[in-house]
Amino acid sequence: MNRTVINPHYTSLLQRIHVDGVLLLGLICLMAVGLVTIYSAGGQDMALIQRQVVRLGLALVVMLVLAQIPPMAYRGMAIYFYIIGLLMLVAVLAVGVVGKGAQRWLDLGFMRFQPSEIMKLAVPMMVAWYISKFTLPPRSLHIGLGFLMVAIPTILIARQPDLGTSLLIASSGIFALFLAGMSWRLIGFVSILGGAFAPVMWFFLMKDYQKQRVLTFLNPESDPLGSGYHIIQSKIAIGSGGADGKGWLQGTQSQLEFLPERHTDFIFAVFSEEFGLYGILGLLGIYAFIILRGMWIAVRAQDAFSKLLAGSITLTFFVYVFVNMGMVSGLLPVVGVPLPLVSYGGTSMVTLLAGFGMLMSISTQKRLMSR
Amino acid sequence: MPIKRQTIRDHTAEANLFARRTIIALLVIGVTLGVIVSNLYSLQITQHEDYQTRSNGNRIKVLPVAPNRGLVLDRNGVILAENIPVFSLDIIPEEVDDLDATLTELTHILSLSEDDISDFRQALKGQRRFKPVSIKTRLNQQQVAQFAVHQHHFPGVSVNARLARYYPYGSALTHALGYVARINKRDLQKLQESGQDANYAATHDIGKQGIERFYETRLHGSVGYQQVEVNNQGRILRTLDFQPPTPGDDIVLNIDIELQLYIQSLLEGQRAAVIVTEPKTGAVLALYSNPSYDPNLFVHGISSKDYRGLLSSGGRPLINRATQGQYAPASTVKPLLAVVGLEQGLITPETTMTDRGRYSIPNVSHTWRDWKKWGHGKVDVVKSIEVSCNIFFYDLAYKLGIDTINASMSEFGFGDYTGIDLAEESDGIMPSRGWKRANTNEPWYIGDTIPVGIGQGFWTATPLQVNHAINILINHGQKVLPQILRGVKHNDEISLEGLKTARPIAVNDDKNWDLALRGMRGVVNNQEHGTARLAFKGTPYSSAGKSGTAQRFTVAQDEEYDAETVSAHLRDNAIYVGFAPYESPEISFTIVLENAGGGSSNAAPIARQIMDFYFRDRTPDIAQVEP
Repeated sequence: MNRTVINPHYTSLLQRIHVDGVLLLGLICLMAVGLVTIYSAGGQDMALIQRQVVRLGLALVVMLVLAQIPPMAYRGMAIYFYIIGLLMLVAVLAVGVVGKGAQRWLDLGFMRFQPSEIMKLAVPMMVAWYISKFTLPPRSLHIGLGFLMVAIPTILIARQPDLGTSLLIASSGIFALFLAGMSWRLIGFVSILGGAFAPVMWFFLMKDYQKQRVLTFLNPESDPLGSGYHIIQSKIAIGSGGADGKGWLQGTQSQLEFLPERHTDFIFAVFSEEFGLYGILGLLGIYAFIILRGMWIAVRAQDAFSKLLAGSITLTFFVYVFVNMGMVSGLLPVVGVPLPLVSYGGTSMVTLLAGFGMLMSISTQKRLMSR
Repeated sequence: MPIKRQTIRDHTAEANLFARRTIIALLVIGVTLGVIVSNLYSLQITQHEDYQTRSNGNRIKVLPVAPNRGLVLDRNGVILAENIPVFSLDIIPEEVDDLDATLTELTHILSLSEDDISDFRQALKGQRRFKPVSIKTRLNQQQVAQFAVHQHHFPGVSVNARLARYYPYGSALTHALGYVARINKRDLQKLQESGQDANYAATHDIGKQGIERFYETRLHGSVGYQQVEVNNQGRILRTLDFQPPTPGDDIVLNIDIELQLYIQSLLEGQRAAVIVTEPKTGAVLALYSNPSYDPNLFVHGISSKDYRGLLSSGGRPLINRATQGQYAPASTVKPLLAVVGLEQGLITPETTMTDRGRYSIPNVSHTWRDWKKWGHGKVDVVKSIEVSCNIFFYDLAYKLGIDTINASMSEFGFGDYTGIDLAEESDGIMPSRGWKRANTNEPWYIGDTIPVGIGQGFWTATPLQVNHAINILINHGQKVLPQILRGVKHNDEISLEGLKTARPIAVNDDKNWDLALRGMRGVVNNQEHGTARLAFKGTPYSSAGKSGTAQRFTVAQDEEYDAETVSAHLRDNAIYVGFAPYESPEISFTIVLENAGGGSSNAAPIARQIMDFYFRDRTPDIAQVEP
């Protein structure tokens, strides 16, 4: 690979270590918002903040490392990555560790590991690799095979069961196919198929607790102290925040512990209660900034694989935001999706920043090749 | 190498396609964000107030604070009902490391019973761990002190006080003062019906009897509120607002506790009722019914054993004899009937008749007898009262007829509630044709009228009714209703309760009152034949009165009544009504002794003692020097 710098004027320190400064700025802002909110939601527990900072640091290191790997290398390893991921998913169903009513973990002896996280990156890589082998727009056969590549891990993960992750993985694959130029006729056909599949899912695939979540979503007030409690308290927190919010550390719903899962999945409710609609608009601004930057990187990417991968990662990031905000504010049923880079928690954070590492690789390494 | 079907890539076209799809994706994202924001707008702006209210509903709890019950004082300021702290030993489970060890150690110090501990364990279930649970209620001072010494060994265990009602004079005042006890379901229902349930949200006890019941509203006060912030466990974090309760009014009674206690001491072992009033004001100075019981038993919940004891006791202590006991008023009504006879013109002050001990009316074979076998000889109306001549009043009743008697005696309050400030009152029976028809399904016979002339027959009255009727007589027809409440005390100043009056009895000749009263004066003062002259010999004050002996047992036509042969509860009731001083009455009183025998020989001496006690430290308006 030619690493010769042709135009020294374009070489900055960030570019030399393959960091997209604009994207990094957006991510750091988001992490800062996350730490501030976790501090409030976690009852001003500094130990919680320290653990989150360590995780963020670790995730940033992973991002930095992945940014050094050129996009072509990702393209080359996509199929192996995908196959290894699939094998581990099968292993999870066979010998996985059960926790919280679901079988999601592989016990590696020294750590527990969630193979579905690998698939969050492996699936878009695989689809992008496969589709980009052919000229775009892809033919229906290739789209069909692409769907198969998405469907297998999605179903395996849904069986664990982990509805949130399977949703994110399905989206990431479908986004790659969509961006590749899948025909509108096919999109219509798939939508109808998906609609027809919904009752099948309801009767054969979904577990009782998942059905209960959907029912609760449709009418949370039917069981205000039971299954509807989460969503009702969450809506009260958001609604009582008003335009200006109650102020940092002043949210009664969160500080007095009426709100469940305060620093993890429902952290958006804490944020909304304390910072109000104006705060939310600011937060959405940061997300929009990151997404626009991600799509900008995708559009500017040199080859089809990079475009599809970058686009898929960025759009999936948005799905996180949409699903989390939607469920917390009562628009969507409760599925376990965190608010990306704001919610307290480890695994998804590392995966997310790993994805942004690939984006940075695509953003910073293309020019070196092109000129 | 297989031939690639792939055509030459058109990188520009692919890039354009990708860019188009990106724009579509961004548009979809924009729309989706719009949906999210509009939903948040709806929650945070449109429905903000609703959610703000629900949020406050979550965190703010309003705790009622019970007002202190007003004190009850006697007319001289002596406390009759007060609030004293009662101590309970409470445990906050979450603050105790080892509950079993703590209970064992507590047992050594405070001698907890097995029941205490099992009750405690029962109460512990389903209770939040930060809420105190009582293990022993009503600790005595010694136990409080014993625990205080060891308190530092028992984190999470504490002694707490609450105020409970206490009646220092116990059984002496029960029937007048009543008592409070725990609010029960029926009380709660009544409070709900009257919209008072919120006011009682924190209140433990409610007046069940007597003054405590009648003046419940004044004594109770108004509830206060403490607004607190709680977390999702219901734990109180801080007080946001405090609205102190308004304590109940301190009330002052007309009762004189010393007089009341003295009367109690006179009546030991008797089934009896005594009422002492001020005729001018209707003020009740004493109201006592014997046997009585300790009202303090009820305050903390009477044991079923004690309650059964009260119910099955032969003396029936739960009944207030003074206001609920129904007795034949007997000869005490003779002065009243005399006034009516004079007013109607059926007799005059000069009317005389000769009493030979027997009375009969045309076409009736029955003869009625005087209490004195050979009669009183020639009597006029005054002498008839003085000697309590039956024949004169038989004849008067015959002339008046039952309808006039009923109408006039109803004016004196018989057959109706007096309106005293007690809920425990009976109305007695003032017989009439209609009453007899309704109750016995028989017509009124002329023979039924004759015994009514001496306050017997179907006629029954409560001691309070008799006293009230005599007060009307003393006041020449003015009606002042009996009243226990004297006033309400605010900062050492008593605002007196107004007198309760009713339409007076109008007479044609005011002298008719004096004539009847003169007869009553003669009862105690006529040295020759006053029936109660012996009991009132040598009093330093002037008094007047009328005795009565109410038959509980009908003696056959030709038999003698012999107390020895008649079983105790069928013996005559002794009654005495009176007032003093005669010229300007300060007090009037009614005494009923059940099954004691003759009124002048048994009840009059009690009346003497009461008056002696009353006038001992006072100078009567007009002192009377006895010969």
